[in-house]
Amino acid sequence: MCLAVPGKIVEIYELGGLKMARVDFGGIFRETCLEYVPEAQVGEYCVIHVGFAISLLDEKDAMESLELLRQISDLEEELGTEVAS
Amino acid sequence: MSEETVNIEGAVCALPLPHVEQIVMGHGAGGRMSHQLIQKAFVSAFQNPALQAGDDAAMLQPVPGMQLSISTDSHVVTPLFFPGGDIGRLAVCGTVNDVAMLGAKPLYLTAGFILEEGLEMSTLQRIITSMQMAAQEANVQIVAGDTKVVQKGKADGLYITTAGVGLIPTGTNISGAQAKPDDVIILSGSIGDHGIAVLGARGELGFQSTIQSDVAPLNHLIEAMLDASKNIHVLRDPTRGGLATTLNEIATQSNVGIMLDERTLPVHPEVSAACEMLGFDPLYIANEGKLVAMVAREDTESVLRAMRATRYGEDAVIIGEVTAEPRGRVLLKTSLGSTRVVDMLAGEMLPRIC
Amino acid sequence: MKYVNEYRDAELVHGVIAEIRRTVTRPWTLMEICGGQTHAIVRHGIDQLLPPEIELVHGPGCPVCVTPLELIDKALAIAASPSVIFCSYGDMLRVPGSGRDLFSIKAQGGDVRVVYSPLDAVKLAQQNPDKQVVFFAIGFETTAPPNVMSILQAQRLGLTDYSVLISHVRVPPAIKAILSSPQNRVQGFLLAGHVSAVMGYWEYPPLVDEFKIPMVVTGFEPLDIVQGILKTVQLLEAGKVEVANAYSRAVSFEGNQPAQKTIKQVFQECDRKWRGIGMIPMSGWGLRPEFDAFNAEKRFNVEAIQSEESPLCIAGQILQGMKKPHHCPAFGKSCTPENPLGATMVSSEGACAAYYRYGRIELNQQVEQV
Repeated sequence: MCLAVPGKIVEIYELGGLKMARVDFGGIFRETCLEYVPEAQVGEYCVIHVGFAISLLDEKDAMESLELLRQISDLEEELGTEVAS
Repeated sequence: MSEETVNIEGAVCALPLPHVEQIVMGHGAGGRMSHQLIQKAFVSAFQNPALQAGDDAAMLQPVPGMQLSISTDSHVVTPLFFPGGDIGRLAVCGTVNDVAMLGAKPLYLTAGFILEEGLEMSTLQRIITSMQMAAQEANVQIVAGDTKVVQKGKADGLYITTAGVGLIPTGTNISGAQAKPDDVIILSGSIGDHGIAVLGARGELGFQSTIQSDVAPLNHLIEAMLDASKNIHVLRDPTRGGLATTLNEIATQSNVGIMLDERTLPVHPEVSAACEMLGFDPLYIANEGKLVAMVAREDTESVLRAMRATRYGEDAVIIGEVTAEPRGRVLLKTSLGSTRVVDMLAGEMLPRIC
Repeated sequence: MKYVNEYRDAELVHGVIAEIRRTVTRPWTLMEICGGQTHAIVRHGIDQLLPPEIELVHGPGCPVCVTPLELIDKALAIAASPSVIFCSYGDMLRVPGSGRDLFSIKAQGGDVRVVYSPLDAVKLAQQNPDKQVVFFAIGFETTAPPNVMSILQAQRLGLTDYSVLISHVRVPPAIKAILSSPQNRVQGFLLAGHVSAVMGYWEYPPLVDEFKIPMVVTGFEPLDIVQGILKTVQLLEAGKVEVANAYSRAVSFEGNQPAQKTIKQVFQECDRKWRGIGMIPMSGWGLRPEFDAFNAEKRFNVEAIQSEESPLCIAGQILQGMKKPHHCPAFGKSCTPENPLGATMVSSEGACAAYYRYGRIELNQQVEQV
């Protein structure tokens, strides 16, 4: 139920009365409906499922938690903790 | 019937139209219209003595001491033209490659055409020109052919069937059954390009990309590889079903195992993005200009060097190795270090929502 | 790809797994209830990397797998009609009804088309006014907003040739059914990240209170999945019973309000049969009566069709996490992806198909850990 991928909004327009966007999925572009994430702006990333944006990705949240994980990872390296492989 | 403009003033009998714009049923009837089509469209493009002789078959000279490689393919791709190629180029390259994968030098091709009534002559011309260019690039001749016309709706524009013949030097023993444990597996370049390019061109799933099909003749690349090593055991091009299916076939034929390294698999970022979006795996997507080789370990460097110095092999990489066990199975070491089995493609690949 | 590659970083993933290893002191059985997560776990071999104390079981998280047999048979009947263009998400095409699937209908001349988005089906309806376009609207909560938008759009455009065949299922009742079962072994839940992106996770605290089981909203990339597992294990080890969010970059407690509002406008809760499991009360969504004009079940006279499951198929027990695919006597023998007996083998997210394709069982039996 959940194949949804992140995509970047590159253009916003209206089509058939619906708010739509041209979304960049990393070099592949597809028309996407923004009716459920109307506040999304060009340049922002959304989670997109079957041609619809269902959620706006919180970049700050993502960066912070990744950074936290990286710090933990670096700390483990320093401490010489064995990482399972 | 002359091809010049006809003066119909005063004429009382309706003359048949010259039909130069589109294919009609008459082109397939075997009479004058067929002859003219063959002369104007095919023979003039595929210029060679065999075709110009005008017989129903081509006479070729056998070469003593050589074995023959022969292969055939039918091509039904839609759309007829896609980024990076067309059905004509696909037809020529597909058969050239199949013939060459036994270590053969491809020489002659035949081409059978099933044309749909209503096909634009200009479309046919474009495709034929593309075939001739591919044939020239591959240094092969198209020496025999056939044309039939079917009713509108029965052929998606056109279908092409090609057969090809090549010469294998004696002593060559390259086959899917020849993989040996400890062989290194080399892939000539990125996977998934052709399949995604065609899918994008079909437009049914609504995505746009700049991915180009990789359709290409690989016989010169193979020649360079064979010059560099006498210990190439397997050559194959991973077409329908993708790399995964091809490797499974070889593992079964040779009764060996294969271990791939996920981190080394070359995939264009755009192909990767399309696969993520649709829920596809690049390992299962068709390629039309790539080959996979299994080479005795000691010759790895020389084969890689030769490939990277030749057109269509510039991005050659090692992607894994042949193992003794598990027999007939292809395994993949993931980028996380876990291992999983890579099965053959079962049925058609469908976009998923899950 | 941004927001994808970072979450496949091997070093970070192993860092989190090491933390799981350090945290766990006893065996725990966790269930994920999302086909996408099943697929990701098996594809990346995440369960291989986890400490042996953690057992992951797969719940009925594949909407393709749980679509009731009767509805598939109705879909087949509608698709076979010459005036119909039948549109479906790709993975539904291979799901077997009582003996046939949409592929076989297509082979017999039915106009069956794969669409990526439900709006593409609406476009087809606009372009083919002389035909009836029927869209097979299946899914969990994630797919409901897109599916309902297609109905609203068809209404806005005044289309009379568009209708939907609905089979929507909801996660919270499924969780309740699983946890209520006397054979339940599940001690913690990984909640489906994208369902939660739409619905939020406000529905889960009452379930957590009732069943005293921690639940953690989890994403789909390897790093997301191991973080979800870590959080769940931390809660379990600490004896804490609560809902947590390990996918906060995409999910909020309230979820997507416009989407939830629109779903309510078009859908109402209803009883729903889950293939292999049976009736779970109020576990589905159906069209509100004011949208009857778009209800394919009302538009087409599809009589109650005699539906028959293969007697060998134990998909139901697998979907509830009671058995694993290799426990089924038909697994890999009479039931394979090429010849599936039940839905869990057909959909690539079905546990059986995932196990078969990625050779989980063979690996354990034949190959040493690499």
